[in-house]
Amino acid sequence: MTPTEQLKIVIVGHVDHGKSTLVGRLFHDTGSLPEGKLEQLRRVAERRGVPFEWANLMDALQSERDQNITIDTAQIWFHTARRQYVIIDAPGHKEFLKNMVTGAAQAEAALLVIDAHEGVQENSRRHGYLLHLLGIRQVAVLVNKLDLENYSAARFQQVENDYRAWLKTIGLEPRVFIPIVARDGDNIATRSGKLGWYDGPTVLEALDGFSATDRPDHQPLRMPIQDVYRFDHRRILAGRVEAGVIQVGDKIVFSPTDKTSTVKTIERWNAPATDRAAAGESIGITLTEQIFVARGAVAAHEAAPPYELSRFKARLFWLGKRPFAKGRNYKLKLATQELECFIESVDQVIDASSLAVVSRKEHELFVGRHEVAELTLRTRKPLAFDVHADIAPTGRFVIVDEFDVAGGGIIIGDNYPRRTHDAGTKSDNIFWSRGKVTPQQRAARHGHPGCVIWLTGLSSSGKSTIATELERELFNLGRSVYVLDGDNIRHGLGSDLGFSPKDRAENIRRVAEVAKLFADAGVICITAFISPYRADRDFARKIMPAGRFIEVHVNAPIEVCERRDPKGLYAKARAKEIKEFTGISAPYEPPLHPEIELRTDQLSVSESVARVLEHLQLQDDSSAISI
Amino acid sequence: MDHLSKLENQSIYILREAFNKFEHLAMLWSIGKDSTVLLWLARKAFLGHVPFPLVHVDTSYKIPSMIEYRDRLVREWKLQLVVGQNHAVLEAGTTFPNGRATRVECCGTLKKDALQQVLAKHHYTGVIVGVRRDEEPTRAKERYFSPRDKNMEWNVEDQPPELWDQFKTDFAPGAHIRIHPLLHWTEVNVWEYIERENIPVIPLYFANGEGLRYRSLGCAPCTAPIKSSARTVSEIITELRQTRTPERSGRAQDQESEDAFEKLRRDGYM
Repeated sequence: MTPTEQLKIVIVGHVDHGKSTLVGRLFHDTGSLPEGKLEQLRRVAERRGVPFEWANLMDALQSERDQNITIDTAQIWFHTARRQYVIIDAPGHKEFLKNMVTGAAQAEAALLVIDAHEGVQENSRRHGYLLHLLGIRQVAVLVNKLDLENYSAARFQQVENDYRAWLKTIGLEPRVFIPIVARDGDNIATRSGKLGWYDGPTVLEALDGFSATDRPDHQPLRMPIQDVYRFDHRRILAGRVEAGVIQVGDKIVFSPTDKTSTVKTIERWNAPATDRAAAGESIGITLTEQIFVARGAVAAHEAAPPYELSRFKARLFWLGKRPFAKGRNYKLKLATQELECFIESVDQVIDASSLAVVSRKEHELFVGRHEVAELTLRTRKPLAFDVHADIAPTGRFVIVDEFDVAGGGIIIGDNYPRRTHDAGTKSDNIFWSRGKVTPQQRAARHGHPGCVIWLTGLSSSGKSTIATELERELFNLGRSVYVLDGDNIRHGLGSDLGFSPKDRAENIRRVAEVAKLFADAGVICITAFISPYRADRDFARKIMPAGRFIEVHVNAPIEVCERRDPKGLYAKARAKEIKEFTGISAPYEPPLHPEIELRTDQLSVSESVARVLEHLQLQDDSSAISI
Repeated sequence: MDHLSKLENQSIYILREAFNKFEHLAMLWSIGKDSTVLLWLARKAFLGHVPFPLVHVDTSYKIPSMIEYRDRLVREWKLQLVVGQNHAVLEAGTTFPNGRATRVECCGTLKKDALQQVLAKHHYTGVIVGVRRDEEPTRAKERYFSPRDKNMEWNVEDQPPELWDQFKTDFAPGAHIRIHPLLHWTEVNVWEYIERENIPVIPLYFANGEGLRYRSLGCAPCTAPIKSSARTVSEIITELRQTRTPERSGRAQDQESEDAFEKLRRDGYM
């Protein structure tokens, strides 16, 4: 006996466009009504002297009485010859968006109903937009009540053209548009003579043409770890394969900690033993080398890991009673990861009912209830994620405000770096302080350990600009931070020095020592010096504890720097008014292994700053985790 | 992936979420087919283990062979069993079979109150329950993770959104969460799975010599068998694929008033 196949569908559309009538007809026309139900409803209508309404059937099936509980999402079932369908009742009223989203998020396909007479309305657009956000790609649009338009092919075509054009702007392409009269059953289960000009599928044929979507196993592997069990003296990583395929012998990298191991076994209970599991399977795995992996880690193949960043762009809908506001912290849940997050910027707010852009005085500050927004989010630690359009299960997230899931979003594509740079080696804690305040106590006071961020690069490459922006960002994040700038140092600490190689070396030595003292005091010290010689920079690195010196190569081609030349120095150097000018008449030795390289001819200042911030956060994270 | 495997994988995912998120977790086991399938799924999720106690709310009016079956599985599957019972009401004798309470009142004290007592006693904050959406209209509105306030009440008008398998796992002190890993299964799916996995079910579900079988199990005084000739799991599946009679039609307390079951559920019934 073949098990019953099931497809979950959601029916959406504007109020009174005929959703409930359609459901009543679907039930009746597929012979799915309980015995005597239709006759009973007809008798009730007759007794009350009101016309029989198909729409009442749905309510009757749900036995909604005076309890007012229609507002929640409910489910009812019907059959075709092909399979069983679950209709998720997702109420269309604006105040029930929460329930509509809950219902629609479970659906594998959607029927979107539009009244031919009224045409495309606000909710037609809003629901289309939400289907897109929720990731539902199998959509049939039903143009209803064509009897009110004399079964006109022209009117149908007009509604189709209007709606199709609008859906295209959000990237949603319906499978089919079907002209129907739900009340009379035209084109529901059987083809309608009155709509004889239409030769596409009926509603039931369209439904049967949808596929019960399997999770995509042709995509890169993503297996978020749900839990770690220690059963029968073995350590088993439990999780569901969300995309791709995992096999015994696969070399696996766990993001965002970047630990690697190899799959030893795939674990199931009371099921045939196999050495392979595909998308959708909840399994356990054991590893050949024991490494520290906890809930939240995402297993992937080394060739195609997820992004690991703490800053990304998203499209989000908000359901919370309180607005989603900048300046507050929220919990973000993506697959099995949970991280603290906050808004960096709100790029656009859209009213979910009209889809008009909201112009609000401080519109960048919050997203209100039932609004949709495009925004940039930050997490306190790196998040392993994908762009939703590439791999949906690891490209969508919810936001928790206090105890409640208050919003959901999808991550949209951008020019992301794949990951933050390697964190470098771990701190050896070889601080030389012999005072009574330990480095750990200082770090606890500041909320972070001190370090040196050493910017090096040609004149006009952007060092000072990045240093001051970075200082401002870190300061705003509550960090203790200070910039040592080349010009300022030369006014005092280095005022006795010139620009000969020897004097340059001495200048940098002094800067390095001062930066080290700042770092010892617990401050994040940013230095912005050309520092052209590798040996000088290596000295600055050597006197710092491992992992606490971050060399940033601010790299732009000399032609670009020369074009910028805000102080006119390159012009003077070319005119030989300045001797020993780095890049023109003195050498620049680029770093061989900088922690970060910023191509400032390609990155904006804020992108450059963001990369440094991402690096810092990853480093905090990796030093917090011990194997 | 076939439909039953999809259902199974989703239920395993939910069980594992529950186990990760709740320190004081228990599973209700009514001895019926649904909670026994749920128990089987727990063994799937935890690779042969059941890492939390099973709570059986015993009204003392259960059909005797249910208790025998329960104790046998506890032994064979090495389960941790916690029995909840409303001793005060049973001693006072204010029950329906004694003619001193309506059916609904009796369910209220012997099941709902007994459950509340056992949850309080063991401080359970997460309770796994085997209800399904297709059983009954109020259950159709349930969430996978469904909060109950400190009075066990269910606020059906204001339920948390639930999407993309992100569940409500943050809650105010005093509240508890009902977890419903079988919510998306139908009655016929349950039997199809019993057949596929060869899960032992209590023989009361199969037609006896008089052409009667239980379709839904409860207390003896309030549960009636249905007319059926289905003697095997596969005959039950065939029967269910054709029937248009609701599953709980043999449960008398549901019929006592039009919204009896709805009221029971809002107040904290399973």
